[in-house]
Amino acid sequence: MSNSQTRSTASPSQSTAAPVEAGNSGVSRRGFMIGATTAGFTLAFVPHALLSAPPAHAMAEKLFEPTIWYSIAPNGEISVNVTKAEMGQHVGTALARIVAEELEANWDDVRIHHVDTEDKYGLFVTGGSWSVWQNFDLLSRAGAAGRASLIEEGAKLLGEDPRQCKAENSFVVCSGKRISFGEIVAKGDLSRAYTDDQLAALPIKAPQQRKLVGSETTAIDIPAKTDGSTVYGIDATYPGMVYAKPMLPPTRHGSVVQSVDDSAAKTIQGYQQTLVLDDPSNTVPGWALVIADSYHAALRAARVIKIEWQAGPGADVSEADLLQRGAALLAGDTGSLVVDNEHVDHMFEAADSVLEASYVTNTVLHFQLEPVNAIGLEKDGRWELHTGNQWQSLILPTLAQALAVPAEKVVMRTYMLGGGFGRRLNGDYGVPALLAAKALGKPVKVVFSREDDSRFDSPRSASVQNVSMAFDKNNNVMAMQHAATAGWPTAAMAPFFLGPGANGEKFDPFSINGANHWYDVGAHRVRAVMNDLANETFRPGWLRSVGPGWTNWAVESFMDEAAHKVGVDPVAFRLQHLTAKGSNAGSAPNSVGGAKRMAAVLQRVADKSGWGKKLPANEGLGIAVTFGQERDMPTWTGVVAHVHVDRSSGKVTLKKLDVVIDAGTIVHPDGALAQTEGAALWGASMALHEGTEFVNGQVRDVNLNSYAPMRMADVPDMDIEFIDNGHQAVGLGEPATTAVGPAIGNAIFNAVGARVRQLPITADAVKAALA
Amino acid sequence: MTIEFKINGNTVALDVPGDTPLLWAVRDELDLKGTKFGCGIGMCGACTVHIDGVAQRSCITTVAMVVGKDVTTIEGLSENGDHPLQQAWVAAQTPQCGYCQSGQIMQAASLLATNAAPSDADIETAMNGNLCRCMAYSRIKKAIKLAATGEVTANV
Repeated sequence: MSNSQTRSTASPSQSTAAPVEAGNSGVSRRGFMIGATTAGFTLAFVPHALLSAPPAHAMAEKLFEPTIWYSIAPNGEISVNVTKAEMGQHVGTALARIVAEELEANWDDVRIHHVDTEDKYGLFVTGGSWSVWQNFDLLSRAGAAGRASLIEEGAKLLGEDPRQCKAENSFVVCSGKRISFGEIVAKGDLSRAYTDDQLAALPIKAPQQRKLVGSETTAIDIPAKTDGSTVYGIDATYPGMVYAKPMLPPTRHGSVVQSVDDSAAKTIQGYQQTLVLDDPSNTVPGWALVIADSYHAALRAARVIKIEWQAGPGADVSEADLLQRGAALLAGDTGSLVVDNEHVDHMFEAADSVLEASYVTNTVLHFQLEPVNAIGLEKDGRWELHTGNQWQSLILPTLAQALAVPAEKVVMRTYMLGGGFGRRLNGDYGVPALLAAKALGKPVKVVFSREDDSRFDSPRSASVQNVSMAFDKNNNVMAMQHAATAGWPTAAMAPFFLGPGANGEKFDPFSINGANHWYDVGAHRVRAVMNDLANETFRPGWLRSVGPGWTNWAVESFMDEAAHKVGVDPVAFRLQHLTAKGSNAGSAPNSVGGAKRMAAVLQRVADKSGWGKKLPANEGLGIAVTFGQERDMPTWTGVVAHVHVDRSSGKVTLKKLDVVIDAGTIVHPDGALAQTEGAALWGASMALHEGTEFVNGQVRDVNLNSYAPMRMADVPDMDIEFIDNGHQAVGLGEPATTAVGPAIGNAIFNAVGARVRQLPITADAVKAALA
Repeated sequence: MTIEFKINGNTVALDVPGDTPLLWAVRDELDLKGTKFGCGIGMCGACTVHIDGVAQRSCITTVAMVVGKDVTTIEGLSENGDHPLQQAWVAAQTPQCGYCQSGQIMQAASLLATNAAPSDADIETAMNGNLCRCMAYSRIKKAIKLAATGEVTANV
C-alpha cells in the first residue's frame, strides 16, 4: 500500500549540500540592466559599477555579472536561464514561476534553458535544498524590473500614461488597449538600468496577490521523461569519439599502476588500447582506461585485461577500523567546539544523574541510477566536458589543473542528471575523460559500470556519536553534550567552507549541522571531529542532507531516551524544551518564530498520527522532529513512523509515515510534495534497507545483488502535510530524510521495547536489543 | 556475424558479436537512447524493452537471443508519446529525475497487456524489479491505475 496526500501547499528544491553566497537577498551590491541582444531583450543583474555603461553595449560585450537572467523574444517567448542542475526536483519550473509571477507573464510563454558554464552566470552549484531559498527574492525583483520596463515602453507605444497601465498575461494593458510583451520587444526600446535602491523600491506582490507561486502547475521537464527523449549525460555523443571503461585501482588515493597486460584483449573486435592516466590534479591516481570503438567492446576487453597496482593508503581498512578510530577520537578531546556554552562541565559535575548513549551509522552509497559518465574533448582552443553535474564551479579549477590550462579554457556542457542526491556535487568523474581526450587527441566518452560507480562513489561516511545529558534531582535538564565524528566531505573537496569553532579549530558544517538544535537544554556543547582514517581511505561525500542524516539519528533517538528516563511522554518532553527563548527565538527572515514553529509541526504531526492511540501488539508509533539541514535555513519537519516488529525474526515493517513540514512559502506545491515523498522514503530506505561496509579499503556492496534500496512493495502509506504560512521560502529536497530514521527507531522501542542505536537497523540488531 | 531483428517495426541488421548486450546495441549501434543503463545485471529495470511484446531486461539479453524477434523500445511504444501510460505518467506528475521511467513504463505496459485491471498487489509484484532511486513509487502506482481505469485526465 502506498498513498500520498497533501493538505495544503508546498516548495521545491533538490538534494544535498554545498554552500554558496550566503542568504537569500541577492540584490545587494547589484543593479539590474535590460539591453537589446540578438535574441530580443536580455534582463540581467549587473555589478553596480557597470550601471553607467550603455546597456546594449554592456549586453553585447557581456560586461555583466548576473546570477540569473532571462530574455524575451519578439515572438513573445520568455526564456529563463537556469544554472541549477535538473535532477528530479523540477527546479527550472519553480525558478521560472517566481520570475513569471512578478513579470506578469503568461506561463505558456515561458521556456527553461539549462545553461552551460560561463562566468557571466556566476556560481554553478545545486545543493543544500537552497535553490528556491536563495533565489526567491532575486528572481522576484528580476521579474518586477522587467514588468516595470515593459509597462513604461508599452505605454509609450500605445500613447498612454504608464501610470494608467498594468501588465497581465504577457500583455501591457492601458484603458482598453493592449500590446503584447513580444510586440513591445520588437518595436520598443527596453534598455534600462536600475540601481539597488530602485530595485528595492519596485513593488513586490504580497503572498495573497500571487497567481503562479503556490498554485498548482505541471513541471516543464516531465513530458520528455515519459517518451525517452530527455538527454542525460550518458546519452551525449560527439563525432569521432571513442569509448572508455575505467579500470579502478585498489585504493581511492595514492595507487600506482605497475603493469598492464592486455594481450588477451588484442583479438577483441573494437578494442584499441589501455591508457594509463597521468593526472597532474591527483584526482584519479592509479587509473587506467580501456579504450574501444564501442562501450560493449570496452566491457568485453576489460574482463580480460590484467593490471597490477601498488596500492595506496587504506588498502586494508575495514568498517570496524573506521568505527574504532571514530570511537577513539571521541574519547579524546580533539576537534572543533561548534557550540560551547559556559559551565557545561560544571553542570555535569553537579548533576544528580546523567544519561549517556552512543550512536553509529554505517557507510551509505548514493547509487544514483545513472552511473557517472562524461565526454571530454577539445574544440576551438577550449576544452569541453559534457556531463551532468551539481557543482561545476567547484570542479572547473581541478579540470584545468588536470589539463594544465587556465580555468577559462574549460567549459562544462549541461545535461539532465539521472539522479544527483549529492553524488554529482563532486565532479571527480570528469577528470579521466579530459585526461584521455588530451592524451589521445580525440573526444573520449567515459562510462562507469555500476560496479565502477559504486567503488568510486563518495559515500556517506560512517559516523560515531556520543550524547549525554545532565539532570538535577527533579529530573530537569541542566546540560547536554554531543560529540560526533565522521569523514568530512567538505575537508576533502571544499576546505574553504570549513567553519571556525569556538576553540579556533575548524569544522565541516555540513557534517555537524543538526547537533546545534533548537531545544533548550541548559549548558550545551557540541564537538565535531573529523575521522582522519575515513578521509585517508576514501573521499567522503555529501549525500542528501549530509550530516543531519546522522546527527538527528543521535539527537532524536536521544531525546526519546531522555523522555523515557524521566518518565515523560516523548512529545510532551520535546515540547517542554521547545520554548523559543534566547538563541532559539529565531530571526527574520528565515527562522521567524524559531523553536515555536518546530513545536507546531511536532504537535501537528502528533495529532495527525493519533499519538497515544491503542495499537495492536508489537506495533508502535515513533516521533522525531528536526529543522531540516541548517539553523540559518530551517525547514521544520515532524515525522511519526508506525511500525510492526516481528519479535522472533527481528524484522521491522514500516506501515505508515505521517509527515508535517513548515517550509514557509511553497512555490510549486506538487513538486514540493514529490520531493517530500522521495526524501521521506530515502530516510526509510537508509534506516531499513541500505548501508554498506568498507572491506579492504573498498565498499563491500557494488551492485543490486547485495545493495538493496527500497522497492515498491516496501513503500509505506504516507500522509504528508505542509503548513502554509507565507514565511520565507526555504528548502524541501532533503529535510524529510533527516527525521524518518529516528522516528522509526523510536517506533521500534515503543512497539517492543528494543532500543536500536545503529543505522541501518538490522533484524539482528533488533533481536539483540530484545534479548 | 550479422544479426537481424525488428526494432520498433523496422528490420535492422547489425554487425556486432552475438554476445553483445541488446542494451548497448539499442543505445549505441541504433542510437535509441531512451532505454537506460542502470545496473547491467538485470536488477534495476531501467533497460526494460519488449521482446515479442513481453518486458525483458535488455542488459542481460544478448543480440543473438533476439534474432528474428520483434523488439520495442520506449521510442516505439506509441506513435506520439501518447500511450495511455505515458499520458498517465504526465497526469500523475510521476517522474522526478526520470532516468528509470522508460523502463517503468515498458514494464507497466507489459503488465497491462495481460492484466487490464491490476490490483495493488499485482502492480507491486510486476513492478518490484524496477528500481526508482528518486522513490516516486506512489506516483508510479497511481499512474498505472489511472491508465488502467482510463481516468488519465482526471488528475492535476
